[in-house]
Amino acid sequence: MTNHLPAKETPAASQLRRRHRPGERIIQGFLFFCGAFSILTTLGIVYEIGKEALLFFRSPEVNLWKFFTGVKWQPQIGEFGILPLVNATLTTTFFAMLIALPLGLCVAIYLSEYASARLRGWLKPILELLAGIPTVVYGYFALTFMTPLLRTIFGKDVVGIYNTASAGLVMGILILPLIASMSEDALSAVPRSLREAAYGLGATKLETAVKIVLPAALSGLAAALIVGISRAIGETMIVALAAGAGPNFTFNPFKAAETMTGHIVRISGGDLSYDSLDYNSLFAIGILLFFATLVLNIISQRIVRRFREVYE
Amino acid sequence: MIANTPDPSAIQAQSLSVYYGDFRALKEVNLSIPQKKVTAIIGPSGCGKSTALRSFNRMNELVPTAHITGEILFMGQNIYASDVDPVEVRRRVGMVFQKPNPFPKSIYENVAWGARLNGFRGGVGHPSMDEWVEQCLHKAALWDEVKDKLHQSGLSLSGGQQQRLCIARAIAVKPEIILMDEPASALDPIATLKIEELMRELAEEYTIIVVTHNMQQAARVSDYTAFFTMDEDRAGILVEYGATNQIFTNPKDSRTEGYITGRYG
Repeated sequence: MTNHLPAKETPAASQLRRRHRPGERIIQGFLFFCGAFSILTTLGIVYEIGKEALLFFRSPEVNLWKFFTGVKWQPQIGEFGILPLVNATLTTTFFAMLIALPLGLCVAIYLSEYASARLRGWLKPILELLAGIPTVVYGYFALTFMTPLLRTIFGKDVVGIYNTASAGLVMGILILPLIASMSEDALSAVPRSLREAAYGLGATKLETAVKIVLPAALSGLAAALIVGISRAIGETMIVALAAGAGPNFTFNPFKAAETMTGHIVRISGGDLSYDSLDYNSLFAIGILLFFATLVLNIISQRIVRRFREVYE
Repeated sequence: MIANTPDPSAIQAQSLSVYYGDFRALKEVNLSIPQKKVTAIIGPSGCGKSTALRSFNRMNELVPTAHITGEILFMGQNIYASDVDPVEVRRRVGMVFQKPNPFPKSIYENVAWGARLNGFRGGVGHPSMDEWVEQCLHKAALWDEVKDKLHQSGLSLSGGQQQRLCIARAIAVKPEIILMDEPASALDPIATLKIEELMRELAEEYTIIVVTHNMQQAARVSDYTAFFTMDEDRAGILVEYGATNQIFTNPKDSRTEGYITGRYG
């Protein structure tokens, strides 16, 4: 009998039968669990913040219109106007971007267009080290270096000991590596062929970088800007230490004012009774912060996705 | 071997060697490119064709480890001399690349950008920028296809149209020489034919050097052909250079004959 099958004669159907691979299933299950876990955590946070915030907004003492337009935040006397906190957050964010955006962009252009591969290999990790410094250290840096510096420049009677400008500027230094790194990625993603085309027409390095590479990377740079803003809005330790304690509605960046995050961290550190309106108000601020950064992140993802489509 | 042609020379390589780090990619090339002719550079992969082409406008310098020895004479001047500005060289020796690479700008801007960069100012006795863009698009045989959509993105065109846009962009800065690095290899046969016709037309005004993998293309479009190959240590060498007709019908070197007849490469 001629038979090419192995010695043990088995019908074809049994050879092809699906085998049990328990290891595969366990690993697949574990990976799914990890993914689900992080999503569930996010949902849990949203639920918890949302629940407490809802208690706040449903309370008879709170008027939604006044919440968004009021210029006084004094929970002790039932004044819940969010604007002083939002205003301080916007002020520190503005000063942060004033530093981080131009400097970060210059660093990115230098790294992607001018630095040699070896130099870039050194500089990028050092830059990213800046982002690894604990923010509380930056906070004290603002308090003990930036504020005295501002007071020397503009005068002690103009600049307060706590002020939003100092906190914002130091926050800019914190965010700079993030902006630089994201911008550098965006610039490096511009195809080499575009640079060659520009050089081939007799463009200098600077003309190529500024007039061809920068515009071609614009959406990536916009995404970097938005992520930077989102980071600045959420930053807490620096503003808690250096911007001031106490909601203060002022457009003067040299005066003390409290940001949304700064307020939350100060109040929740104090002896606040659980389930009071005061306590719930923190969650109202929290959910506002959450939505602000969520919207900014969605916008930046949209932009990045559009940017990818152009060159693939 | 000094390869010469009866026509006056536009640009000349003299004992040109190109290195990438320690690797010698091109060895002792002597080549005189005639004015207002199409010169094709052919040869097997890795024989240094593109390297040779890119040394004619100092494009190799963009690779950090590259350096050259020997000279390239253009208008009687060694373009690698220390007082020569590579930016000025590239303005006069333009380039069209293998893959069409229009800027992500409008069709109009693609052509106008380089001209403006090099100080083109329309005015009395000169064409305005609009007229100049139109002229360049005409010369690149693209005008009729794009005249109604000049302000659409250059990326919205087909591959063949994009490549002709890149040619229009190159001639807009008034170069004397146009280098073409396999300009049709990413295109379909009909678009390829258009580019080949265009090369013939452009040769009335410009000196054209084209690297190609496609021997039929070299035979169809070029007046002169240079055949490169690799020697034992993988450095590119120029084997034979002469009138295209002679190279394809009566090659002097057996290696050229082998490549032309498809025995290797």
